[in-house]
Amino acid sequence: MAVSAKAKSTSARGRTKKGRSKKPVLAATSEELHQYYRDMLMIRRFEEKAGQLYGMGLIGGFCHLYIGQEAVVVGMQAAITPDDAVITSYRDHGHMLACGMDPRGVMAELTGREGGYSRGKGGSMHMFSREKNFYGGHGIVGAQVPIGTGIAFAHRYNGNDNVSLTYLGDGAINQGQVYESFNMAALWELPVIYVIENNKYGMGTSVERASANPDLYIRGHAYGIPGKQVDGMDVVAVRAAGDEAVAHCRAGKGPYILEMLTYRYRGHSMSDPAKYRTREEVSKIRQERDPIERLRAKMLEEKVADDDALKQVDREIKDIISDAAEFAQNSPEPDPSELYTDVLVDA
Amino acid sequence: MPIQVLMPALSPTMTEGKLAKWLKAEGDDVAAGDVIAEIETDKATMEVEAVDEGKVGKLLVDEGAEGVAVNTPIAVLLADGEDSGAMDGMATAPAPQPAAAPAEASPALEAAVAAVPAAAPVVSAPPVEAEWTGATNTQTVRDALRDAMAEEMRRDDAVFLMGEEVAEYQGAYKISQGLLDEFGARRVIDTPITEHGFAGLGVGAAFMKLRPIVEFMTFNFAMQAMDQIINSAAKTLYMSGGQMGCPIVFRGPNGAAARVGAQHSQCYASWYAHCPGLKVVSPWSPADAKGLLKSAIRDPNPVIFLENEILYGHSGEVPDDPDWTVPIGTAKILRNGSDVTLVAHSIMVGKALEAAEILAGEGVDAEVIDLRSIRPLDIETIIESVKKTNRIVSCEEGWGFSGVGSEIAAQIMEQAFDWLDAPVARVTAEDVPLPYAANLEALALPQVADIVSAAKSVSYSA
Repeated sequence: MAVSAKAKSTSARGRTKKGRSKKPVLAATSEELHQYYRDMLMIRRFEEKAGQLYGMGLIGGFCHLYIGQEAVVVGMQAAITPDDAVITSYRDHGHMLACGMDPRGVMAELTGREGGYSRGKGGSMHMFSREKNFYGGHGIVGAQVPIGTGIAFAHRYNGNDNVSLTYLGDGAINQGQVYESFNMAALWELPVIYVIENNKYGMGTSVERASANPDLYIRGHAYGIPGKQVDGMDVVAVRAAGDEAVAHCRAGKGPYILEMLTYRYRGHSMSDPAKYRTREEVSKIRQERDPIERLRAKMLEEKVADDDALKQVDREIKDIISDAAEFAQNSPEPDPSELYTDVLVDA
Repeated sequence: MPIQVLMPALSPTMTEGKLAKWLKAEGDDVAAGDVIAEIETDKATMEVEAVDEGKVGKLLVDEGAEGVAVNTPIAVLLADGEDSGAMDGMATAPAPQPAAAPAEASPALEAAVAAVPAAAPVVSAPPVEAEWTGATNTQTVRDALRDAMAEEMRRDDAVFLMGEEVAEYQGAYKISQGLLDEFGARRVIDTPITEHGFAGLGVGAAFMKLRPIVEFMTFNFAMQAMDQIINSAAKTLYMSGGQMGCPIVFRGPNGAAARVGAQHSQCYASWYAHCPGLKVVSPWSPADAKGLLKSAIRDPNPVIFLENEILYGHSGEVPDDPDWTVPIGTAKILRNGSDVTLVAHSIMVGKALEAAEILAGEGVDAEVIDLRSIRPLDIETIIESVKKTNRIVSCEEGWGFSGVGSEIAAQIMEQAFDWLDAPVARVTAEDVPLPYAANLEALALPQVADIVSAAKSVSYSA
């Protein structure tokens, strides 16, 4: 891990902060690469299993898989600390695993069981963990953006230097509330990093057919928010960009935008036949840009791991996921009395 | 061991499908992610990818087969080094499996449905409100609201106020007069004109355990923020299994002012009261305005606090004690009577009291109940009154269709039907957007004379 700077620093507004910002790193250590490989593979195997359980009728409703985009959350998570907050929309399984949430609890929420993070009352799109500073899991496109901005507001209000990692997609970027948030975040210099996961399609509509200018990292320029386009299929590049954005926010300089160029291999949701793109397009990206394969090749080439070691990781992950799937199928459905709990907090 | 490939569910509603096309033949190698078949669901033709790797040992369902149930084995994959002998003893015929098809009700689901009535929550009695016997000050609603906020901000650093013109301008209706001076720009925050954005920002701050008071210049503008209020503030506690409380107050003037036209004159009481996860409060007197706003700020839930512009300048006696509050969810009987019950909230309370005076002169003794809270609704107090008067008129400034009065009428019918001597009457706005012309506006809004006439009608004395 990068060394944390313990020295005090002064923000743009003159308030002294405790300053834990990490210096940007361009290369990652062997230990970090192993961690990224493991974390990305965990998400991939988890999502494959979720797709399988969906196919068996054990998961219902909408289920949006993150396969292909793993480097984004894993790289960004490496740039923050456990005190920082994360919020995203409905393609959220990867974000939760990256935050350190238990695969059992996430999978059991997908199956709608008592052992799920929301005790079966939220489902795929609505999961939270206060303990891990994960604030959802939001089902309305773009709604998480003002909320994530409010989380940054609270960090500022409380006088700490934590940041809010607010993820949104290339579809959400055209929602009005996103710009309402950009304006307030810049106006009040809030410590929020808007991570645009540009996976090229908002459901079935390509970025080119939805956005007058397909470069999304410039969307904050009118508000003076710096933006950067990043290869979101390269976990080391994501991490480096994340470090830069986090340092900017912790220094009290206000919000930052990162546009991650990424790709989802599966449909928008489980019921999407994905006729808006060719099979060849998907295979080409899988073959040439797959974040896990790329990292694997890099690790073998740089000799930071051998084939046996990586196969051992594969086996460990497979066991964790099998255990999570087992748990998610055996955990009971919520008690009928749960129907009426959690509507209001007792005053 | 050979792996069975099952007919997958490919949409939330799929129970069976057609195996349109096999893209792999027996003997072919399959890698995870390879497309093995095309399946027609109730919605579309979907490609099915292999989850595991291996060699196709046998295809169990013919190309073109229709009505293949979800979870039926459709193929067998052989692992590395296995030959077809490994399939011996396996079900290689497409026997339908009884496993969970998404649209089928499971026994567990039926049991849960059967168990629901037993688990239904008991309607709790409204909280008890102590009678105030101490010193009072004469105050306007405007000053009472400001004092409520100032006292709660002194009490708890997590409380802050944000909204359009709340700080330097001192409030569009001067509700926040002096707050910026006392609490500074960290806690009294002027926002841009960006309702959806700052409502959502407030929700995020509340998730972080701050206690935002979000002022809408009027609730008409809060329609811009409806998604954040309902989908984010009201529902997240439930969707998170109780983890994510949202202690936030959305407040501002509601209902018609005077001659401001249809877009600035609407009552939202029934809109918000419709939704579980919100509390909805709408006071009339200065004392209740103060006591209820303090309770709303201390409440761990999202509270919609509906004020009324015309009432801001009205004065009354307000208890002189920063610890005094009014519990949310209790109605108040303002006038005892025996012949007919008039229920109202906000500005209609004053009109109901005037109507009661007129009715008294005509020999009808009306009881007047100020609802104060729309949700939770203090139906107990209303029913007790109906048991005495056997007649009820609901008064509200909003439209009648699906209004607060509709809910009261339904609950009275369900819980006090035998006590009624006449159908429940509703006095509401006319079913039109509010017109600008002075004469038409007066015709559209419910007036004292309408209440008098409804009360006489249910008393069969018209």
